[in-house]
Amino acid sequence: MKHDHIAVAPAETLAETPHESAIKHVTGRADYTDDLVVPQGTLHAYLGLSSVAHGRIRSMDLAAVLAAPGVIDVLTAADIPGANDVSPVQKEDDPIFAQIVQFHGQPIFAVIAETRDQARRAAALARVEYEELPFVLDPIAARDSGGALVQPGMTLRRGEPEAALADAPRRIDGRFVIGGQDHFYLEGQIALAIPGEDEEVTIFTSTQHPTEVQHMVAHALGVPANAVVVNVRRMGGGFGGKETQMNLFCCVAAIAAKKWHRAVKLRPDRDDDMIATGKRHDFVVDYSVGFDDDGRITAVSGDWYARCGFSADLSMAVTDRALFHADNAYFYPNVEIRSHPLKTNTVSNTAFRGFGGPQGVIVAERIVEEIAYATGQDTLAVRKANLYQNGQLTPYHQPVEDMILPQLIEELEGSCDYAARRKAVLDWNAKGGVIRKGIALTPVKFGISFTATHFNQAGALVHIYTDGSIQLNHGGCEMGQGLHTKIVQVVADAFHVGVERVRITKTTTEKVPNTSATAASSGTDLNGMAALDACNQIKARLVEFLCKAKDAEPEEIAFVRDHIRVRDELIPFSEVIQTAYLARVQLSAAGFYATPKIHWNRAEGRGRPFYYYAYGAACAEVSVDTLTGEYVIERADVLHDVGRSINPAIDKGQVEGAFVQGTGWLTSEELWWDAKGRLRTHAPSTYKIPLASDRPKIFNVKLADWSVNKERTIKRSKAVGEPPFMLGISVFEAIGQAVASVVDYRECPRLDAPATPEQVLMAVERLRARP
Amino acid sequence: MSQPIRFLLNDTEIVLTEAGPADTLLDFIRLGRRLTGTKEGCAEGDCGACTLMVGRLHEGRLVYEPINACIRFLASCHGCHVVTIEHLKAADGGLHPIQAAMVEHHGSQCGFCTPGFVMAMYGLWMTHDDPTVVQIETALQGNLCRCTGYEPIVKAALAAGRAGGQARDALNVERAEVTARLSAMAARADVRRGEERAILPADTDDLAQVLEEHPTATIVAGATDVGLWVTKFLRPISPAVFTGHLMKEIEVTDDALRIGAGVTYSEFVPLVAEHFPEVEDYILRIGGWQVRNAGTIGGNIANGSPIGEMPPLLIALGARTVLRKGGSRRQIALEDFFIEYGKQDRAPGEFVETIVIPKKGEALIAAYKVSKRANADISAVAAGFRVVVEGDVIADARIAFGGMAGIPRRAFEAEAALGGQPFTAETFEDAALTVTGDFSPLSDWRASAEYRTAVAANFFRRFWLEQSEAARPVRLNRAVGE
Repeated sequence: MKHDHIAVAPAETLAETPHESAIKHVTGRADYTDDLVVPQGTLHAYLGLSSVAHGRIRSMDLAAVLAAPGVIDVLTAADIPGANDVSPVQKEDDPIFAQIVQFHGQPIFAVIAETRDQARRAAALARVEYEELPFVLDPIAARDSGGALVQPGMTLRRGEPEAALADAPRRIDGRFVIGGQDHFYLEGQIALAIPGEDEEVTIFTSTQHPTEVQHMVAHALGVPANAVVVNVRRMGGGFGGKETQMNLFCCVAAIAAKKWHRAVKLRPDRDDDMIATGKRHDFVVDYSVGFDDDGRITAVSGDWYARCGFSADLSMAVTDRALFHADNAYFYPNVEIRSHPLKTNTVSNTAFRGFGGPQGVIVAERIVEEIAYATGQDTLAVRKANLYQNGQLTPYHQPVEDMILPQLIEELEGSCDYAARRKAVLDWNAKGGVIRKGIALTPVKFGISFTATHFNQAGALVHIYTDGSIQLNHGGCEMGQGLHTKIVQVVADAFHVGVERVRITKTTTEKVPNTSATAASSGTDLNGMAALDACNQIKARLVEFLCKAKDAEPEEIAFVRDHIRVRDELIPFSEVIQTAYLARVQLSAAGFYATPKIHWNRAEGRGRPFYYYAYGAACAEVSVDTLTGEYVIERADVLHDVGRSINPAIDKGQVEGAFVQGTGWLTSEELWWDAKGRLRTHAPSTYKIPLASDRPKIFNVKLADWSVNKERTIKRSKAVGEPPFMLGISVFEAIGQAVASVVDYRECPRLDAPATPEQVLMAVERLRARP
Repeated sequence: MSQPIRFLLNDTEIVLTEAGPADTLLDFIRLGRRLTGTKEGCAEGDCGACTLMVGRLHEGRLVYEPINACIRFLASCHGCHVVTIEHLKAADGGLHPIQAAMVEHHGSQCGFCTPGFVMAMYGLWMTHDDPTVVQIETALQGNLCRCTGYEPIVKAALAAGRAGGQARDALNVERAEVTARLSAMAARADVRRGEERAILPADTDDLAQVLEEHPTATIVAGATDVGLWVTKFLRPISPAVFTGHLMKEIEVTDDALRIGAGVTYSEFVPLVAEHFPEVEDYILRIGGWQVRNAGTIGGNIANGSPIGEMPPLLIALGARTVLRKGGSRRQIALEDFFIEYGKQDRAPGEFVETIVIPKKGEALIAAYKVSKRANADISAVAAGFRVVVEGDVIADARIAFGGMAGIPRRAFEAEAALGGQPFTAETFEDAALTVTGDFSPLSDWRASAEYRTAVAANFFRRFWLEQSEAARPVRLNRAVGE
């Protein structure tokens, strides 16, 4: 496939610039919120959690809590000066302190004490009596007992799916149970609130969405937003788990701080963090696919039932995105898919890398598997036969116009030697035995933009000081993804100076207001363009100043390696800045960016929700022990599209990390609730994310260096945070193939996710028990 | 009278005349000393964000090992050299070779786990010039990273290994001086805070006496479980008697291995490699490296957990345990130590002193476990097999399971089905079918009863396949390298 020629200025900064905090990370000098020097007399808050899944609080006896050593105060719903609500979508369904408990582990009060240990010990002393109410835990139970939704579902429809399914030469109906996932950011939730004068309060926290925290705190305190400042230097991981979940912690800390006029820190332990904060949505999906004898899809119909938990949080957008990705990379000529964001008495599920997309993509891949097993074909052949061609419409009526998967898959297929290795796998399995192998090559197409169009805006602030040093601030938050490093590179490149001249400072609502969450993989796309806009404003002023000062034309002026050239004269950058200052040129600018072209009408299910698509593919080979269900990933090869990479080292790191995290979602990471609605996998002792020894034994990760974003994104790069997460599906499907080998691939293995060793062994035994 | 806790924290000698038994090393360094490079990720020894190095004198030699500071009690640091990330630097004061390699290979993203990784890698680097990928993975079993997917971290560990420089490293350069400083510290510590008390006996006889005086004291060895009683369940442990530095003796006689209860998993591994090489991989799947550096064989027994991983293997091997109270000792079969869930044959004031493991002789042995994650995960089912074959007949079979009942227990029906029978696939198939007679396991978050039962039965099939020289592999190859 050929691309239109697009002229792109080469990046001047060292492309593989290390993470801006790398040296601080490795020396332990990078400060996270819990490491900050706190004001004298800082108090500590701790949450008291409910012990029933659904119930009215009949009485709450906190006398023992108050009497415990070091305790200053307890806070309940009655102590909230403003609104008892942290709903991010203005539903007022997400209280800070519940009065009617809606899940096991819901915060109902907070203790304030001199030390964290005292607060934590005291919180355990509460005596709460409940009038217990009936509860539902899983989405099917919720559907069958009234089907209350946290927000309205969505339907995407194109063509005539009923007729096409009825007329299809072949049809398969199936159900897929897809587990959720805990974020397991290494740094947990944390808030430090420092009271100021009048209504003011300053928050230091670890959120992906400082602006939302600002509004939530203002709302809870009953003060205007201009009284609240929220600061985030860095997060110890976010992955979506700190998009809305930090709101509650910040509000509690702020309420206590204002009440006592002392700084207050709130850091739950890992167990409470995992119990009381939302996760990736689990889904049950019922699907129907019509196809012809060659394996070409003619129609798809499906229902996505999501366990949303007790409140809306971001569930509507998450379940929407599941439908937006229910096609993955495949054209469905006739389609109707429906989302059901069901209310359950579990923690309110939230954003997590991919934001519902993975739970759409994996169903598309299951559909491909179904067809492949039914028609006796290689799954890859079925994939290729059904890939979108440019101009074809998605179920939401956006044409696909930047499809590069044919080239990308062909390149990966060659570089990983797919055909020969697949044959070797089949030959190995044909000999029988305990250890079976599987291989799968799966693609991803992922839509980039917030589907709520108004979030697709960003701001940045660039100052140049008179010594020529540059200070940069933007609305995005650093959570390890290298956003700050990339934006520093953008600014350094804009002025053609070294990255060491540019200092990025903590994200703060004081410098850039009204920001969107650092989410949807959009951080660099949005903030990079905003920062570039700020740089361009200053550059334009410098050029204008130099034109006057040197009697030159704009085209005679160029920014070159730490200098500015005016005709033949090379002036050091700092010298230009100094003289511009003396000439009273403004050396500071606020930049802004709004993504063009996008629009979306949810009611009609039509529009262009995505600015562009990012693509990738992975081939995974596994060995499965059919006596225990355990497995190892023998090899994985990844080819991923990030457009023109701003920093290939950082992008590769994102791809590798996403692959392993996606693999964890589908293998060892299992959330397990007991019959009372208690989450029993709430710490790393019981919730198992991948280790170094779980990564592929051979792991070849490459960026598709020939890809260029067709849209005018920052340096023609593409978003990278979420799309490669779904490449872990290749491992899941490879495990399925190994399982299916025990019945000579006569049947689709239909593994549910996660494919824990238990799931795998039970699937082996289920297939072997077939007559 | 108080006998203070003394230890070195980086370059500083710490003397504590007052401390609580439940004070953790992590809280002390972060809150007390504001050394914030060491992070709290889980407070249960499972994520490694709090990894630091502890040096201790072992048979007169200074040994440094990475451990989890979150579940290491402060009192147990008496006589040790605690080394945090803040202490790590190159000989010239710049980045240490490990730190430099982590920067160069982009080994950090969010950076929160990074100091813990660096310290675990430091532990490996100190003892391995040029580690293999498998050695690196084994050393990093106790460290979770959620960002990188580990690839750049493993590459950094390989590069740091190749970079070398161990001889110039501060901990080696200052070895004699630190040894002298630690040697000068009193053997015994005894401190209080309020009503609470922590005692570190000087030796095993002292321990026996202390327990006579405090028969209900909490005995804390490696603290890899007791640590969680405190950090997770807020349980009081006072008075606590710390024994992790005691009962380190290892004696190999003609027919048995006599292992002091305080021998850690890491100290046990070389013995296993020599005497029971078939099960070395099983031992290396217990906990992460930090846990194996702290946890003790005796503690894994005395703890009485139904899912401890040593008991099934040791019961199958016919191990016995020596229990001591004051000056008197008794020896019982290990399986008899476990009476029922939560109840062991140990009197107040009595302690596990030694484990006696018969050598395997001609017996065929194996140990198996399943868990959601291969490494550093508590087993859903664990099993030890010891089968003696004479001619074509099974002369003796001892098989024990963990995770299948309230205590680790022998599979008597299976043993009966094997004993005296021909050594054939059919015999093991018959034994596999006895699992439901021997056990009625529970369903929980680790596994369902159905899975536990199915896997336990398959272990018999696996044992046969492994012993019958099948042409096809019957186990996953977890090692890297073609």
